[in-house]
Amino acid sequence: MNVVTLKDLERRFGDFVAVKGVSLEVAKGEIFGFLGPNGAGKSTTIRMLCGLLEPSGGSGTVAGFDIRTQREAIKQNIGYMSQKFSLYEDLTVEENIDFYSGIYRIPGAKKAERKAWVLEMAHLQAQRRTRTGQLPGGWKQRLSLGCALLHEPPVLFLDEPTSGVDPMSRRDFWDLIHQLAGGGVTVFVTTHYMEEAEYCDRLGLIYRGELVALGTPTEMKEHRMTEQVLSLSCDRAHDALTVVAALPGVRDAVLFGRDIHLMTADAERIVPILRDAMEQAGFEVRALERITPSLEDVFVSLIEGKDREEGAQREFKG
Amino acid sequence: MDAIRVEGLGRRFGEVVALDELSLRVAPGEIFGLVGPDGAGKTTTMRLLTGILNPTGGDAWVDGLHIVREADALKDRIGYMAQRFGLYPDLTVQENMDFYGDLYGVPRKGRESEMERLLAFSNLTPFRRRRAGNLSGGMKQKLGLACALIHTPKVLFLDEPTNGVDPVSRRDFWRILYQLQKEGVTIFVSTAYLDEAERCNRVALLHKGKLLALDTVEGVKGLLKGTLLELRSDRPREAARLLREARVGSVALFGDRVHILVAEGEAGQASIEATLKGSGMEVLGLKVIEPDLEDVFTSAIPREDA
Repeated sequence: MNVVTLKDLERRFGDFVAVKGVSLEVAKGEIFGFLGPNGAGKSTTIRMLCGLLEPSGGSGTVAGFDIRTQREAIKQNIGYMSQKFSLYEDLTVEENIDFYSGIYRIPGAKKAERKAWVLEMAHLQAQRRTRTGQLPGGWKQRLSLGCALLHEPPVLFLDEPTSGVDPMSRRDFWDLIHQLAGGGVTVFVTTHYMEEAEYCDRLGLIYRGELVALGTPTEMKEHRMTEQVLSLSCDRAHDALTVVAALPGVRDAVLFGRDIHLMTADAERIVPILRDAMEQAGFEVRALERITPSLEDVFVSLIEGKDREEGAQREFKG
Repeated sequence: MDAIRVEGLGRRFGEVVALDELSLRVAPGEIFGLVGPDGAGKTTTMRLLTGILNPTGGDAWVDGLHIVREADALKDRIGYMAQRFGLYPDLTVQENMDFYGDLYGVPRKGRESEMERLLAFSNLTPFRRRRAGNLSGGMKQKLGLACALIHTPKVLFLDEPTNGVDPVSRRDFWRILYQLQKEGVTIFVSTAYLDEAERCNRVALLHKGKLLALDTVEGVKGLLKGTLLELRSDRPREAARLLREARVGSVALFGDRVHILVAEGEAGQASIEATLKGSGMEVLGLKVIEPDLEDVFTSAIPREDA
């Protein structure tokens, strides 16, 4: 069953088309990561999904409600949590939960039960009377998550939920998200951080208002990248970079730590050319190997590919 | 001479130890990463090394100058881009740079050419007359950097410079940092993102004010004890649960795959396969992978709620 369905979704602001023809389905219990650079149409899409903005074209449903005609119902059936989303630091854990119970209009009879659920889910039973400001980052994150789930929404939106927390707490947080998803909550994540994207079941990349790629993290790395990535380790990397970048067949070359990462359409063809060029220029190649691209490599490559395509079209149209 | 030398540097705020006896050295022309989550002590370290905050213990020298005794002279030699760097939104790109030029006492004569160079370098030349408030996040970051460089410092301190910046702009930003490195500038950069840390020449992992590790990225990865395996499964959540119950190793669930840190590769592989097949699950793939810094970090620090 699909909990989010979008068909040819479009949103214009005057002449500007912020979102064009986005079609997408997210299944119940799926963790979907929605990625894209600033200004790509990401926030506009999320605002339409949350019932905050009316689409100019196309259709869609969230948790079974129409995003054009049932926007109020959508607002009541989603949870939202952001790293920047504020808990009241001066209130205790329990007071924060009570406060959000009020906001979400949890019926009196259910309040105690929901509070107990949040405290247990977030492992905060022993801290219920602790001032929220005194909790470590990872714990606040869990409390914040609990508050967003008080009204038992079937769909949860997360905006960079674990930005800045330590990696151990991040792993614990995502375990919790996977448990929730396993229990049937559909999770829609937006982030700039590929470390967070790696935890999603499936990813979508939006750019210039269009959905340019869709797949699991592994599919993205193995199939969506049209280019191959080579890692070159050599002496005087800064100087070598100039030589490498100038070689025909090398699309892009960047320094990465002490190595050079380069993108090419055909790794097999370029390797001997590269070795020759390095030798002639007097560099010592210590290692040259093909590496699995990172998610960041994939996205930057897709985005730049799109830019080149648009550039070529503009030239063609004169 | 080291570009940065830190010896037992510490800072307390009342009872709280923000930084606990940090010692490290950074060579001239190095890109050195100070890596850790929020609250690790990154900003405190930055403020100490830039002479903004006095230490409560230890010593440090930047470009040969003591951070307390020679703090005034130090300010001319370093550039500092704080997390909330002060750009004036109502001033244009060029006016902001001029403002910082005046602040650092850069002579007007000769400033013009340096400004041109910095604008070109940060790809801001076409936007020189745009108000800073109307720049994108990535461009603001670059302008912040250009302002921190107006007095041609020898050591540059960047506190989480790419926070909130998208991956494309982040990559651009790092291109500029490597360019600066080529010109001989030493860069001391902090980040909470371990994938970003891999771009540094050497890193210090910091957690709750304490140094966990100090080495090249490869060296730090070498600290991980055991073998990291990646499992692909059509039901990763269930596979992770089964492997945790069977206690075959330390299990981390990602979207469509599971990472398992085992003491010994072959034995681990065998027991993972046995566990999953015993429960009727298919193993779509199981291979040894290279750990990333996140794996090292998670195995090196205790859980908050342990």
